[in-house]
Amino acid sequence: MGEKKIGVFLCQCGGNISKTIDLDAVSQYVETREDVDVVKIHSNMCSGAGQKMIIEEAKEKGLNRIVIASCSPHFHEKTFKGTMEKAGLNPFVLELVNLREHCSWAHKDQPEIATEKAKDLVNAGVNKVREDYELAKKKIQMGNRVLVIGGGIAGIQAALDLADTGNQVYLVEKEPTIGGKMAILTKTFPTEDCSACIISPKMAAAQDHPNITLLTNSEIVRTVGHRLLFDITVEKKPRYIKPEIDMDQCLICEQCVQECPVSAPNKWEQGIMQRKAIYIPAALAIPFNYLIDDTVCLHFKDGSCNKCETVCPQQVIDFSQKPERIQFIVDSIIVATGYDSVEPSEKPMFGYDKFQNVVTGLEMERIVDHITENPPPRPVGKRIAFIQCVGSRDEQIGREYCSRVCCMYSVKLASLLKQAKPDKDIYIFYTDLRAFGKGFEEYYKRAQDLGIKFIRGKAAELYENHENKKVVLKAEDTLSRQIIESEFDLVVLAMGLKPNDSTEKIVNFLKLTKSSDGFLQEAHPKYKPVDTNIEGVFICGTAQGPKDIPDTVAQASAAAARVMVTLAQKEFDVDPQLAFVHTDICDGCQKCINACPKNAIVMKDGKAEVVEALCIGCGACIAACPVEALDFHNSTNLQMYRTVDGILEEKNPEENRLVIFADNTCTYRVADALGIRKMKYDIDARIIRVPSSARITTNLIVHAVKMGADAVVLGDCPAASSQFPWSREVAEKSIAAAAAILENEGIEGKRIYFEEFTAGDLVKFTTLVNGLGAQVKQFTRITEQQRKDI
Amino acid sequence: MKIPYFPGCSLKTYASGFEKSAIAAGKALDIELVELPRWNCCGVVSSLTKDDLMHHLAPVRNLMRLSDMKTSGLADEDKRLLVLCSMCMNTFKRTNLKVRENSEDLATLNDFMYLEEAKYDGSVDIVHFLELLKEYGFDKISESVNTSLAGLKVAPYYGCMLIRPKEVGIDDAEEPTIFENLISSLGAEPVSWHAKNQCCGSYLTVNKQDTVIKLTRRILDNAQQEKADVIVTSCPLCAFNLDSRQALLQETNPGFEPIPVLYFTQLMAIAFGLDAATYGFEKNKVDPMPLLNKKVFI
Amino acid sequence: MAKKIKLDDKTQAFQKLVEDLCGQNTAKCDQCGTCSGGCPFVEDMDITPAELMRKVMLGQEDVLESETMWICATCNTCTVRCPRKLDVSKIAEALRQIRLRNEIDQLDIGKISREEIKELPQIALIAALRKLSS
Ligand SMILES: Cc1cc2nc3c(=O)[nH]c(=O)nc-3n(C[C@H](O)[C@H](O)[C@H](O)COP(=O)(O)OP(=O)(O)OC[C@H]3O[C@@H](n4cnc5c(N)ncnc54)[C@H](O)[C@@H]3O)c2cc1C
Ligand code: SF4
Ligand code: SF4
Ligand code: SF4
Ligand code: SF4
Repeated sequence: MGEKKIGVFLCQCGGNISKTIDLDAVSQYVETREDVDVVKIHSNMCSGAGQKMIIEEAKEKGLNRIVIASCSPHFHEKTFKGTMEKAGLNPFVLELVNLREHCSWAHKDQPEIATEKAKDLVNAGVNKVREDYELAKKKIQMGNRVLVIGGGIAGIQAALDLADTGNQVYLVEKEPTIGGKMAILTKTFPTEDCSACIISPKMAAAQDHPNITLLTNSEIVRTVGHRLLFDITVEKKPRYIKPEIDMDQCLICEQCVQECPVSAPNKWEQGIMQRKAIYIPAALAIPFNYLIDDTVCLHFKDGSCNKCETVCPQQVIDFSQKPERIQFIVDSIIVATGYDSVEPSEKPMFGYDKFQNVVTGLEMERIVDHITENPPPRPVGKRIAFIQCVGSRDEQIGREYCSRVCCMYSVKLASLLKQAKPDKDIYIFYTDLRAFGKGFEEYYKRAQDLGIKFIRGKAAELYENHENKKVVLKAEDTLSRQIIESEFDLVVLAMGLKPNDSTEKIVNFLKLTKSSDGFLQEAHPKYKPVDTNIEGVFICGTAQGPKDIPDTVAQASAAAARVMVTLAQKEFDVDPQLAFVHTDICDGCQKCINACPKNAIVMKDGKAEVVEALCIGCGACIAACPVEALDFHNSTNLQMYRTVDGILEEKNPEENRLVIFADNTCTYRVADALGIRKMKYDIDARIIRVPSSARITTNLIVHAVKMGADAVVLGDCPAASSQFPWSREVAEKSIAAAAAILENEGIEGKRIYFEEFTAGDLVKFTTLVNGLGAQVKQFTRITEQQRKDI
Repeated sequence: MKIPYFPGCSLKTYASGFEKSAIAAGKALDIELVELPRWNCCGVVSSLTKDDLMHHLAPVRNLMRLSDMKTSGLADEDKRLLVLCSMCMNTFKRTNLKVRENSEDLATLNDFMYLEEAKYDGSVDIVHFLELLKEYGFDKISESVNTSLAGLKVAPYYGCMLIRPKEVGIDDAEEPTIFENLISSLGAEPVSWHAKNQCCGSYLTVNKQDTVIKLTRRILDNAQQEKADVIVTSCPLCAFNLDSRQALLQETNPGFEPIPVLYFTQLMAIAFGLDAATYGFEKNKVDPMPLLNKKVFI
Repeated sequence: MAKKIKLDDKTQAFQKLVEDLCGQNTAKCDQCGTCSGGCPFVEDMDITPAELMRKVMLGQEDVLESETMWICATCNTCTVRCPRKLDVSKIAEALRQIRLRNEIDQLDIGKISREEIKELPQIALIAALRKLSS
């Protein structure tokens, strides 16, 4: 941009500034700087006349860098950026110096020292503007590719909604069939519709949809992520049946199954039935095809068997298949990884692992589904007890939440059983019966009509009768205050819901957050119920929290709609004041990748690259970079150093300086508010506006002390109200490192610290600054030699 | 290794076999139990109301006594106190919890005992012998076994104090395994039974015998249902209720078959093949010898 | 005949008295009955542990007449299971303390025969004395 021509414009603010600060003196001071071409004073710089003066001077003198020393940027930054545009200048080569709130108003009664302080502030502004450069607003383009993780009813519903509206969907399911838990259920409460009958058409539609790529038996193994292109890698486990895509090859003739000598518990049937090592996962599996379970198959164990291969008339068995990696790019992601039943071993007093007649709710779904078969694969006996809230609402195991479906599923299972076999004597032991949904209360009442007995008391423990293997249940009937100790043929534990174990990996890949119950956290419980902390990533179904099928489906459609809204924008603007990488310095150590909470940094040709679509400008990566390769537009390392220099250059050795790096949202505004109220604080304070405290590096803190700072404070918003809640953690790390360096030179590490401010913390700010000023005087003065040696 | 050790009243009287066998078994593992100087009763039961500090004096006074056992060369450490009796352990640990959580209470307790030369600072950890054995390593314990206990079915009885409440328990409150591990390491067969954590009736044996008999009956019956040969315990009060009270049971139930109750250290002494004098069976009410002669010393 | 209760300053004060002594918040109780169902002594109690909890929450001083608190032997079976992490044994202790501090003992050692005392180990005697007498 050729030669740098700098103009400095000092505003009197109708006396607000000039009555305290001797602007002529400031003007003379700046004029002595060789690199300043123009210095002008105006009574009201923000007025039409003031702006006109700036524009004319700029045009006339060919200025290409502007400093305006006036009020807080929070008042007129927009105005003056407009002025720049009218002068034909880029709005990012402008520096605003806050002479009013941070100087003349705050130090009204010390005009002389305030004038000196004003010189420092303007000097810093000039230093910084020299290093300013033009920045342009960016536009980001988006596609319409969506990844849906989890093929339960939530994932299927979301995938179908998206595919029907023309988006390209990848539906990834870790099990060999889609359908999730809903496909396992016998019937659904409160209507007693057949669960499989409702979900199987949707499963088939998902398979057949031209816009859906279905990947079963597959898991995400890597995501490098951001809104424009989440780069996804999926690993698909082999089924050992060839070729995978052309299912016509296998005739489903069952000859292989008949030959296979190995049997194993049928997972889909919850272990109440057996299957072979080669099997079709479920009667309604999608895709409907065989696979070989290589954990039990003898061929994989010791090579001793290849019966299925020999017998297959189509020769489709292929033992040589290996896991396959598939890579693709998407613009948005829906996480629908669902739930698992809480492990019964978390409540050992119910002896699930020891007693043969204790089963879980999901097992009971399958048992009831087969109950009319003759004989049923799993007989239930005559007297049956359900124990509610096992693994829910229980502080002893850290699960305080209500699982929301177990009351109703027990009512359902009991009702179905009673209707099929009216001679059964069924009891439900509950603490509170939750029948909050549409039709639920009526359903509960119908169960009472059927003769199911509800006992208000949670079972305390079970033990087994040795002779007959019946289960003895101990509980208090809290309504009659009697103790029940009775034998049951079968006890059903109404296990609660917990987040699916493999959700954890997804949380780590995408850097999602979890709520205290361990389920995925929504961005806001009221108005962003399916958004997450990561832009472009949405959640739905039981992965977000326990819920029934209607709520799951509603949420899935909501998530699909949110994806559509996001993708409909096609392109979006990005503020250019973001992180960037000096590729010449970056040595590819990847520390920044882990530091960035937004997954905004990717590696490209061995160097870090900031994905602007995702960077939110928190600065965390900058503190993490050991070689200062990461930097921040309009707040570069060089600009920061020069600002610090400018503020401290004129300091006399016997003076004190308190340097306050103030985040733009909270801390800087406290200082503004103090000025507006004319509340004073130690005039030695020098406030530097920064995007966030995370942006301040160890080196910068040390540099400030080297240049003359006697104390350094990093101020930022409290995590709860911060747009960058992780700032404090990052800042404190930098502070600790800087303190160690100073201690090495015999300088007190206590001189540097972090402080939280809300914009209203006026008293806290003055107390802190004044206290710090006093404290610094207590310390032995840092010698020039010490400063040099750092 | 020389570790400070608190015997407590029972081990010097009613449960002398517990102490005898423990010292001998410890020695076989090169663990020397060094008796705490000038110890007093632990207090037996902990006070559970917030304002009742008096009842914490007894345990604290013992913990003070540990302060210079290391410097004076008596023991190798003075920040851990080994305890054998489950009740003592529970009482000590509960007091420790209280004074660690509440420095004011600790100060008051110290003030009460201003004539003592030492002050207690809350820093002593209470270790039950079973915990120490776990730390020592059950595999290593197997190496010291000289007498085969193969085929001996042992019902590990935890009772309450060893595992409850969770803050002081030495193992899981519902499914503890430490006893089973020890029994296996000694070559015997641990019995799985559901009464292992059930209360024996505790001190109600003084004024509510009927209640206690009902509870012990339930426990003994379960052990016998599961075909246990002996029950092992680490609490002299449990031992009293389960062992001595069998006489009463026999009176009222003629068909009742007695079952010996041993301290786990007695089982160790047998397994290690130590001198029979160290077993300390003198105070056992149901004589274990006939059974042991049949199943172990053949 | 059903008992009629009135909830007033008196009942609130009694609840507070017990709660202050033992640091338990009885209002948390779900009345799930887990404590009662697992209590090894429950058959010998006149009111169940959960009912004891309930009576304290409702500030019913007649709870002091109950046998339950004298039978609870702090086995802590309920303590490790209560889904609200309440501790019935501490409530029982507070109630015992209220009685004992009024010098109403449950145990008169003089009434136990000499032979019996001789037979009893001191661990049992001291524990009983500490819990059942003032
Ligand atoms: C015993 C029982 C009975 C019930 N009865 C009823 C009823 O009658 N009516 C009713 O409305 N509700 C009922 N429910 C609740 C119902 O099951 C759920 O509301 C519903 O199944 C939730 O669907 P989902 O898609 O959110 O989760 P899921 O069904 O759990 O689906 C999640 C899917 O994601 C897959 N997945 C997980 N992690 C990954 C990963 N990392 N990568 C790829 N795939 C992954 C899983 O394999 C699974 O297929 C019952 C629940 C239980 C336990
Ligand atoms: S839904 Fe019912 S059974 Fe399930 S946790 Fe809630 S209250 Fe308990
Ligand atoms: S500034 Fe924050 S969001 Fe942007 S790349 Fe750096 S760490 Fe990530
Ligand atoms: S177990 Fe806890 S919550 Fe349940 S009734 Fe007893 S004290 Fe109340
Ligand atoms: S602590 Fe008391 S109330 Fe609780 S289970 Fe034991 S005896 Fe019963």
